[in-house]
Amino acid sequence: MSHAPVLPAEPAERLAWPAELEAEVTRALERYPNQRSAVLPVLWIAQRHWGWISPGALRLVAESVGLPEPEVFGIATFYTMFNLKPVGRHHLQLCMTLSCSLMGADRLFRHLERKLGIGHGETTADGRFTLRRVECLAGCGAAPCMQVNFDYHENLDEARLDALLEKLK
Amino acid sequence: VSAPRGPLLFKDIDTPGLRAIETYRSLGGYESAKAWTGGKRAPEELIDVVKASGLRGRGGAGFPAGLKWSFVPKDSPKPRYVVCNADESEPGTCKDRELMEKNPHLLLEGILLAAYAIKANTAYIYLRGEFETLQRIVDRAIAEARGAGLLGTSVAGSGWALEIHTHLGAGAYICGEETALLSSLEGYRGQPRLKPPFPAVEGLYACPTVVNNVETLMNVPHIATHGAQWFRQWGTEKSPGTKIFSVSGPVKRPGNYEVPLGMPLATLLEEHCGGMRDGMKIKAVIPGGSSVPLLPASMLATGLDFESMAAAGTLLGSGGVIVIDEQTCIVDALYNITRFYEHESCGKCTPCREGTYWMSEVFERLETGHGRERDIDLLWDVADNIMGKSFCALGDAAAMPVMGAIKHFRDEFEYHVTHKRCRVNRRRAELDAAQAVPA
Repeated sequence: MSHAPVLPAEPAERLAWPAELEAEVTRALERYPNQRSAVLPVLWIAQRHWGWISPGALRLVAESVGLPEPEVFGIATFYTMFNLKPVGRHHLQLCMTLSCSLMGADRLFRHLERKLGIGHGETTADGRFTLRRVECLAGCGAAPCMQVNFDYHENLDEARLDALLEKLK
Repeated sequence: VSAPRGPLLFKDIDTPGLRAIETYRSLGGYESAKAWTGGKRAPEELIDVVKASGLRGRGGAGFPAGLKWSFVPKDSPKPRYVVCNADESEPGTCKDRELMEKNPHLLLEGILLAAYAIKANTAYIYLRGEFETLQRIVDRAIAEARGAGLLGTSVAGSGWALEIHTHLGAGAYICGEETALLSSLEGYRGQPRLKPPFPAVEGLYACPTVVNNVETLMNVPHIATHGAQWFRQWGTEKSPGTKIFSVSGPVKRPGNYEVPLGMPLATLLEEHCGGMRDGMKIKAVIPGGSSVPLLPASMLATGLDFESMAAAGTLLGSGGVIVIDEQTCIVDALYNITRFYEHESCGKCTPCREGTYWMSEVFERLETGHGRERDIDLLWDVADNIMGKSFCALGDAAAMPVMGAIKHFRDEFEYHVTHKRCRVNRRRAELDAAQAVPA
């Protein structure tokens, strides 16, 4: 792990599920014979709604699945896709593993850094983009490959990246 | 209509609308599931058919699927589970994504048959976190199948109940390892468990569980319909059937190809992928995902089956074929792979956690011109001390490619020590050229 996140010492703010998400949380819990198994699905519900896992969201998830908060923190930090800090509207996740690297991903990452003026893990001042280098996305046959939030963009080059960035307001 | 892209799983893959249950059924879909669950043929018979077919796991390990199913205790009072490994995280592999995106019902039918064979009433499909869009596609297919009475309290009117749920991971290579996947599905950090007990005996919630890869399960409806002998018309005696290979790197036509097992690697690359891009030559090929040792260009006649690959000192693995061109530095390529394993090591076992970190440091020294004479032997020694000394295969997966690269390309490692740089490095040259142009 490249970073060592720390659970804040002070109690988190109290959040509640919006009415429309309560049923979704209940359905997630019903899919498993125990509550604990729903921890990833419920973390996902929180992240989809709030965009990141704030200390308050973490507390809410912990209460919803009946686990201690530090335990859920340990789980959320184990997986790379839970954002423990807010991210931009468009989360640019460029694959840098070998298949994409062989097809120019390193060059494209440099291009994005220069164009957006941010580095790995950083967000533009206007909150539009967060840039991140990630490991293999299973897009190897159409490398280089990048996910923007959950959308795949493949066979990328500088021109295609530029055209894509234009569209992402 | 263009020619079928493959004999089995890719036969109908590009049929428009295949994702919809009506289209899938119009091609004979779910007939096999209905025939088997209809009461005339026992679950045990299906296990025997899959055993006789010789179908081996398509996720990497190549374990015989029917044999795995037969390890589920017959007399256990506990619930049984089928878990589909749709984590597809092995670098170089992108077949399950295409299979699920285009033909989700074939996967559901495969799961249905596997669940019938081991008498399970619940199945989970564990998708890697990045596959959120795929989860929606598979969820829609599950809803369609339930609507058609093919899932739920009485599958096709048989009285046997089956529910299939999808479960989204959240970014962790290790969760492709079956016991780590089960830990993750149970709501823990995705760390592997010691085997035995194997999942067939004590898997999900300590209950008998069969964990199979997407591609493995998608072969099952074909075998259940046509029989073991029919399936054996493709492939070799010990590696029957077809396999989907994901080819990446600078070939003319990268992508997924379904070919009979045993086909020479060179045939796949030349005839199916159109050979290398103009002006490029092959230096080496990683045949089975980043976890396996590479083969130098002199060994491209090797057959793409489990036995031939093992005899050549590598593994068929997941079928992720990564082609490395002559202008790419092997040390640089292995540095990329080693950093991947350093990043993905779950931290449970010391040899893997510390060893991958240590190897990365040595690679960095070599790549930045600070390599020392003894670094090559040190790399080998660290890799050798990871091999076989961790709970799961991730450690071995990090060590084997490094040892393979030193074995076949020691001269490139030595060049780094003596010349303080790569002999060739297309990637670095392209990076430098792009850097010289103002943004």
